[in-house]
Formats: sequence, C-alpha cells, structure tokens
Amino acid sequence: MLLGGLVVFLAIRAVVVPKDFGKFGHYRPGALETISARSIAYAGHEQCLQCHDQEAKVHGGGMHAKVSCETCHGPLAKHTDDPTANVPKLPDVANLCRRCHEKDAAKPKGFHQVDTLAHSQGMLCNSCHQPHNPQL
Amino acid sequence: MDLSRRDIFKIGGKLLLLASAGATLEEILGAAPPSEAYRMADHWWGMIIDIDKCIGCGSCVRACAQENQVPAGFFRTWVERYQVEEGKQPLVDSPNGAMDGFPPSKRTDLKSFFVPKLCNQCASSPCVQVCPVGATFVSPDGVVLVDETYCLGCRYCVQACPYGCRYLHPQKRTVDKCTLCYHRITKGLTTACCENCPTGARQLVDFKNPEDPVHEFLRNNKVEVLKPYMATGAKVYYKDLDGAVR
Repeated sequence: MLLGGLVVFLAIRAVVVPKDFGKFGHYRPGALETISARSIAYAGHEQCLQCHDQEAKVHGGGMHAKVSCETCHGPLAKHTDDPTANVPKLPDVANLCRRCHEKDAAKPKGFHQVDTLAHSQGMLCNSCHQPHNPQL
Repeated sequence: MDLSRRDIFKIGGKLLLLASAGATLEEILGAAPPSEAYRMADHWWGMIIDIDKCIGCGSCVRACAQENQVPAGFFRTWVERYQVEEGKQPLVDSPNGAMDGFPPSKRTDLKSFFVPKLCNQCASSPCVQVCPVGATFVSPDGVVLVDETYCLGCRYCVQACPYGCRYLHPQKRTVDKCTLCYHRITKGLTTACCENCPTGARQLVDFKNPEDPVHEFLRNNKVEVLKPYMATGAKVYYKDLDGAVR
C-alpha cells in the first residue's frame, strides 16, 4: 500500500512538476526566460541620436542634454524598428514643462522652477524657449 | 509478493535516490538563461536614489506604466511628497502615484521633499518567504520576480511586503510588481524609470560589477534603505533619507 502510494506520488510529480523546477531555487526557472523575453517600449537615448543628427547637436549642448528624448517624446522602440510606420506625436507642451518646472517647495533649491501662470500668463513655454536647448 | 516493512523502506529509499538523480540530470539539462550573452551569475542588481535630485515630475511613473503596461490606478513605482512639520506627523501625498506630477504645495514653510518608491528587491524578501507555490522568487541576479503561470492570486505576498509594492493585476488576477525591468536589464539596457529620469535621481546599479559607480556612491555618501529594521536585505539605497520617511 505504502509502496503503491509512493509510486503514484512520484508518477504524478513527474507529470505535474516542470522538468527544470528547482534548478536555481524553489521556482520554475523558465519564468526567467519568459519575463526577459518581453519586448521593450523605450528604445533608449542613444538609439534616437543615431538618426536625428541635428536634434542631437542642439540637445547635446544644452541644459536638457541629460534628459532622454523619450522622457518628453514618449516610448519610441516601435519608431526605431520602423521609423515611417510609427511616427511619434509632438509632446503636450502645456503639461510637459510644468511637470518639471512648476514651482514647488519640495523641489531641490537649485533646480530651475517658476510659477508658470505668473511667468507666461498661459502662453506655451515653447513660444519663447527652445525645448531642445532652452535658454533662461 | 510478501514484503516486510524493511523491504518497503529499502525500495522506497532506492526510488527516492533515483528521483533525486533525475533531478540532478534536470539541473544539468535545465532551462536556458535569459539570453546567451547575459550571465546571471555576473550580476547583482539594485538601485540608488538621490532624494535631493528628485523633482517629482513623475517621468519615472509614466515610463514604468508605458514600458510594463501597468493598469490605470496601479503602480509599480510611484513618488511621494513629504511635508514635515516639527513635532507632527508628516503630510504625505502622491496624487495618482505622481503620474502627472504634483500640484504646487500650499505650505511653503515646511521641510518638503520627494521620495520615489518601488520594489526594494530584497535579498531576504518576505514576499518570497510567504508564497505557498514558488511563484515569487529572487532570481540568481538579485531581482524579485513573479511567475504568472504559477501565481494563484492568493495575495499573501501583497500582505507580506513591508513597502506596499505589490498589487493584484485586475485583468490577469495574478500578483504584479516591479521587475526592475528585467526584460531590459538582461538586454544590456537600464530600467525605463532610470532611462527617463531627467535629473538622474534614480540609477540602476550592479553590485557585482567592480566598475559600477555604486561603489563610489556608497563610499562617499550617507545612505539608508527603507525600513532597515525589517532586515529584508533591501537593495534600493536612498541618499540622505529623512527619518520621517516610512
């Protein structure tokens, strides 16, 4: 009876438990492969600069040089895969600049921030400032 | 066939030995690593966060949501604003996880700062310890992950996480959390939140890489992890973390 139970247990275990279970710990290592195989949405700053020479030149010398293109323009991995089929939209400037530069006591003291309404009376920031290389 | 108890134990022992030998063979022939160029044993991932650089813009939150298809109203990462008045409980807000940044604070006389939050990628993770089915685990390169095909959605891990970093995905009905963009870091990219942080407040680090700037950062700065008394082995280090932060 005990022997029979053991054989049944081992048979069920062989079918139910994946072959590689426990390779790295008490989990299914195939999950690592599944998770790492997911596709990316953000291509990365360097990818953009490979094609957009003019923007790279202007952007690279300004105060926004360390801001990734996709931070403002959104995820562009599809665009880098097929530039003509996936043309990115221009950013929503009215909200984009405000998120970073609206005056707030919690922001670092040295960071450039303004009371946007008082500063521009509702005008869009890019009416005066070049977003790729803003001058104060 | 007449078997004594001794015979049964002998046969059982042999079967167990065979089973364990099979397991050893499985280890040798087991699943491939994430990619051929990436060696898990060479990495031990974490993150450093410089609170003094965070401007609360929410770029990290938006990038995370886009990169990982995080459902609306749930967050793998979020930003909190602390406003601390002497002798009182701190005021903490995080409107929509800071997805759209923050409205200007009304009080300007308080000590105020932003604190980005995410899974702390604990080495001794409580969430892993309580999972009854081995669905959540620490990968060999130090990232806490969830196997969606194994997760039952029991939410023990959601309760166990001291940092509130897990949620039940409303469509999948399995637990979801920050993967430290495992699909990116195994391809040699940084995380979506670090890629899109405009001030460099968040940086992905590899503790096993002797050239990684994290070593100099830890040597030269006063750093702390969240809730150190929980002894979770958190690998997200905060520079100049205020005592008011929970």
